[in-house]
Amino acid sequence: MNFSTMLSQLGNGMVTTITIFGLTLLFSLPLGLGITFLRMSKNGVLRNIAKFYISVMRGTPLMLQLMVVYFGPYYLFGIPISRSYRYIAVIIGFVLNYAAYFAEIYRSGIESMPAGQYEAAQLLGYNKVQTFFLIILPQVIKRILPSVTNEVITLVKDTSLAFVISVSEMFTVAKAIASSQTSMMPYVAAGIFYYVFNFLVATIMEYIEKKLNYYR
Amino acid sequence: MNYLEISHIKKSFGDLEVLKDISLTVKKGEVLAIIGPSGSGKSTLLRCATLLETMDCGSLSYLGEEAVKAGEGGKSIYASPSELKKIRRNFGLVFQNFNLFPHYSVLKNIIDAPIRVQKRKKEEAIKEARELLAKMGLSDKESYYPFQLSGGQQQRVSIARALALHPNVLFFDEPTSALDPELTGEILKVIKDLAAEHMTMVIVTHEMNFARNVADHIIFMDQGVIAEQGTPEELFGSDNPRMKEFLGKFNEV
Repeated sequence: MNFSTMLSQLGNGMVTTITIFGLTLLFSLPLGLGITFLRMSKNGVLRNIAKFYISVMRGTPLMLQLMVVYFGPYYLFGIPISRSYRYIAVIIGFVLNYAAYFAEIYRSGIESMPAGQYEAAQLLGYNKVQTFFLIILPQVIKRILPSVTNEVITLVKDTSLAFVISVSEMFTVAKAIASSQTSMMPYVAAGIFYYVFNFLVATIMEYIEKKLNYYR
Repeated sequence: MNYLEISHIKKSFGDLEVLKDISLTVKKGEVLAIIGPSGSGKSTLLRCATLLETMDCGSLSYLGEEAVKAGEGGKSIYASPSELKKIRRNFGLVFQNFNLFPHYSVLKNIIDAPIRVQKRKKEEAIKEARELLAKMGLSDKESYYPFQLSGGQQQRVSIARALALHPNVLFFDEPTSALDPELTGEILKVIKDLAAEHMTMVIVTHEMNFARNVADHIIFMDQGVIAEQGTPEELFGSDNPRMKEFLGKFNEV
């Protein structure tokens, strides 16, 4: 296998990795906000459900969760697993896991907001939805951005866990080529790819942080 | 007509009775100052009147509209959320620590609620906001963000923000406590100007001279009750020992 064939195969893996990354963020960021609402709900039942959910998602390995999502339907309900479900399972697994982490990050931000902001909004006649989305959330986003950056960088590296259910993302492909070609090169290429990807993520997040620095 | 009427308010936090049967009325154009030592219940009274805190007993009405009725045994019964929403339009509040929205510019802080909540036209809201800023001496600051302003400037913005909604009664919760003496003067002047325009105001303050100069009526609170009240002359000439002790401490400092 020559170098360019290897790169093109790794290239396909990269596309899968970037897709997993993008879709996970797209769904887990809003889902996390929803879970925060439950976690902070006045209703004790909802609050405890959210608490339990977060504790399971954070307390068990993501690798195991991916396997449960992928194999679960067959072992539990006898539903045959189609090949295409593999990709759906990866997204579901990542979204469920990352939403739990994001939920806790949102909560930390929301709880750090001074009561005066809510009171001022109430006095000015904003309703609860307006207060949250216009006054509170924009400030929360600014506050939690550094923690979110951490999580997003972890996600880039976590996408490699998709190999456990044989999704051919970057790392799976690199591993396959390395063992068939008995070469270190694929691993080096993979390492460079993850590093560059995260460098971009960090740069973009830093740019957003700077953008939000127009107020304190 | 009484713009604000509070009768027999009681409020406890756990075992601590903070307000013990407080009644007061404020007429149109009247300026009421509430003074008293820390922990006397002044701020709690203000927070009950502005619906930030729920009271246990007693009633509350603005311009004859009942926000809170006294039911059996004087227990407070709150009006429905939609009625309360309507009644809230009657009053505004200026906070001790301003509570401006830091992510909004000065102008947006002032126009956002009129546009979004009162559905006023944007051009009209901006025009009025600029007039208010001019009145506050902040015409050149409309595109600034709160963190770029001094405390006194921030407080003037927050007064403009409250005025933009055209409240019938404007409350001030120790509006100068977070400011140094120089900046305090700025704010007191603004409030004095509002009083000259016959704005109906209720001011919780530690500025005794200011209360004396600007208020039509002063209430001295101590340990959850109105210990003494009257015109500034009556109050500052009062023989009430607690009042004398309180004022004496002020004069010593």
